[in-house]
Amino acid sequence: MLRYALRRLISLGVTLLVASLVIFLALEVVPGDPAAYMLGVNARPDTLAALRAELGLDQTPPARYAAWVAGMLTGDLGLSYTYRTPVVDMIVERLQVSLPLAVYALALSTLIAFPAGIWAAARRGSVVDVVVMGVTQLGVAIPNFWFAMLMVLVFSINLRWFSAGGFPGWEAGVGPGLKALTLPAVALALPQASILARIMRSALIETLSEDYIRTARAKGLSRGQALWRHALRNAMIPVLTIIGLQFSFLLAGVIIIENVFFLPGLGRLVFQAIAARDLIAVESVVMFLVFAVVVVNFAVDLAYAWVDPRLRGRR
Amino acid sequence: MTLLSIEGLGLSIGAVPVLHDVSLTVGKGEIVGVIGESGSGKSMTALAATRLLPEGAQARGRIRLAGHDMLALPERQLCRIRGRDVGMVFQEPMTALNPLHSIGRQVAETIRIHERTSRADAMARAARALERVEMPADRFPPGRFPHELSGGQRQRVGIAMAIALRPRLLIADEPTTALDVTTQAGVLRLIRRLVDEDGMGCLLISHDLGVVADIADRIVIMRAGRVVETGRFDTLSHPYSQALLEASTHVAPKDARPAGAPLLQVSGVVRDYPAPRRGWLGRPGQFRAVDGVSFDVARGENVGLVGGSGCGKSTLARAILGLEEVQAGEIRLDGQPVFDGRRANRAVRGRMQVVFQDPYGSFNPRHRVLRLVAEPFHLLDDAPRGAARDAAVAEALESVGLGAEDRHKYIHEFSGGQRQRIAIARALVIRPELIVLDEAVSALDVQVRAQILDLLADLGRRFGLTYLFISHDLSVVRNVTDRVLVMQSGRIVESGPTEQVFANPRHAYTRSLIEAVPALPRVG
Repeated sequence: MLRYALRRLISLGVTLLVASLVIFLALEVVPGDPAAYMLGVNARPDTLAALRAELGLDQTPPARYAAWVAGMLTGDLGLSYTYRTPVVDMIVERLQVSLPLAVYALALSTLIAFPAGIWAAARRGSVVDVVVMGVTQLGVAIPNFWFAMLMVLVFSINLRWFSAGGFPGWEAGVGPGLKALTLPAVALALPQASILARIMRSALIETLSEDYIRTARAKGLSRGQALWRHALRNAMIPVLTIIGLQFSFLLAGVIIIENVFFLPGLGRLVFQAIAARDLIAVESVVMFLVFAVVVVNFAVDLAYAWVDPRLRGRR
Repeated sequence: MTLLSIEGLGLSIGAVPVLHDVSLTVGKGEIVGVIGESGSGKSMTALAATRLLPEGAQARGRIRLAGHDMLALPERQLCRIRGRDVGMVFQEPMTALNPLHSIGRQVAETIRIHERTSRADAMARAARALERVEMPADRFPPGRFPHELSGGQRQRVGIAMAIALRPRLLIADEPTTALDVTTQAGVLRLIRRLVDEDGMGCLLISHDLGVVADIADRIVIMRAGRVVETGRFDTLSHPYSQALLEASTHVAPKDARPAGAPLLQVSGVVRDYPAPRRGWLGRPGQFRAVDGVSFDVARGENVGLVGGSGCGKSTLARAILGLEEVQAGEIRLDGQPVFDGRRANRAVRGRMQVVFQDPYGSFNPRHRVLRLVAEPFHLLDDAPRGAARDAAVAEALESVGLGAEDRHKYIHEFSGGQRQRIAIARALVIRPELIVLDEAVSALDVQVRAQILDLLADLGRRFGLTYLFISHDLSVVRNVTDRVLVMQSGRIVESGPTEQVFANPRHAYTRSLIEAVPALPRVG
């Protein structure tokens, strides 16, 4: 098990190294002069030269890459060009919204998807199954921003239960903070839960037809006992994969929902940085997101090994 | 005393009738063998006895199991009977165990589901059950997982789960079909011993009369959902029973063709596989699957290569076909090397073909038979196209006893035996000189197996083929080959004319293989 974890950890490190190289090459080396790009066409030559010096563009690419990586290792992601604040501080600030939102949405999605998927699989072909499949079909099909706007109309404007957007900050307390994140989390969880429930159902139906389920029934387990004790854990591998992917997406891929609810999250930060041509911020935030995705994948890999003993001894 | 009595059992799944008026009994301490081909309803009879039938199945008639009226009981009470009064063992040891639970836990589950007892007590009793099936805890700790065991060992775990509570009846559905002969003999001996020790009744289901004849007290022959005949083995007289018996000991017509010059020459072949590294910085270890093997096969000769699972025979087969590179030695077909540099030699590959074991897994389900059979044409530089290709495929299908119009069908439309005929047609279509048959009949029922063996003999005569017959099943090899090679742990330990080796085995391993073959008691 330890060996497996160590192997995964090494591959995690290699992935990060490769990702940093790709990001560096894509943003700094390939498309001409970043300083000129950041300042636009009407920049004065002396401003340009100053910015070039500030960005370290007068050095060779390998030296710049080394400096960038060394900075990241010490927690220094550089200074945002537009905001003149350390990028680290910006990420930490945005993460206070994005991370709780992602966890909130994922928790909701899992809490909805597991019972729905298990119920539908256990009563395959019944009314329950048909309803679950129908609702999840809709959940996948409805664009989440449209659903978000609908919820704002109903719950904020008509019922006035929630505010229509914005985030009061955690200083205002956990309650108001969570309340502000509830509508966006529900909007995000709907399609995710639909996908997850469908995956859960099909994985479970597949494992329920395995020979060892028949063996379990022959031992005297009821249909339900066989499902809970033998089928569920075997069906978890594809489900865990999807949960890992969804968490990575929720952390950074939710620009539209953040915009609908005026949330200062990571997605909006990337969007704003790109719009402002703040390449230092883009580079570092993207690298941070890669890091987050890789760490989540590492956690999923460990979860696989926890579920499946066959993986523990391997490699 | 009767433990299980089935009277006038009828079963239909949806609108399809599966069983008609099936009646049989199993008494205390008695092994009753149920024999029939695939689809004869023998497994459905067993599942009906415990009411583990597939959805949509409707049973009529009477089933009494240890005093319970099985067709009348509600599901809750059935759950109490299953595992406690009746244990079941299934065919596939590879998939019948939950891969995520340790073997001790799976055996203990049988106990814990029926008795209020502590986990420790259940585990201790599970360890005793494993000991009874010859899986002692010092060699097979109960913490092991199924993937760490061989097929035979897994089947023993399956039996331990079934007998953990000493049930009154054991139902074993093809418990040894997926195992090689030596393992099969061990498992059958074990079942007999447990039945004798506990005074259990046992319903033993198989397609092979040869497997069951030896250990069963009574035999029930089934065909197309009906019981054809019931009785002691030496009293079976129904023509169908006789046909089954004939199929089990089938000898394909052999003709003495003069052996020609060597067609296949294998000399000093070594095949190593990298094994896991020893430690973090250790050198990767090596596993020698084939260790200095040499033999010749003459043109027109049928040679058998036998050995247990994992002896290296399939690796050797792949090397002969040029699918694997060898580390030392040389393989030549008609004087030309099978390997050309690091790749298979194309000129030679077109002159040999292979038929594999699994008639279900070795075809792409999305292609029509025409395309499947025409596949080997890519080995030829001047492969026929268009109508000529069509005609060649049609001819190959006809020569294996199928129709030319079958080329427009998909593979799922054929039975196991028909699929194996298609596999043979695929091998024949480029008119090879050598055909390697890698367990080609092992997955087939005895009757179908007999038909395929006849077909192979006939094709060999008509097309002047040379066969290399790879199998763990000695009875098949004995009946169709001229010469036999016995392989153990990567080496050939004995070789010689088939009859001589079987009549007078010199090596201890050969003797153990021959003794493991279930022998049919001679009927007067």
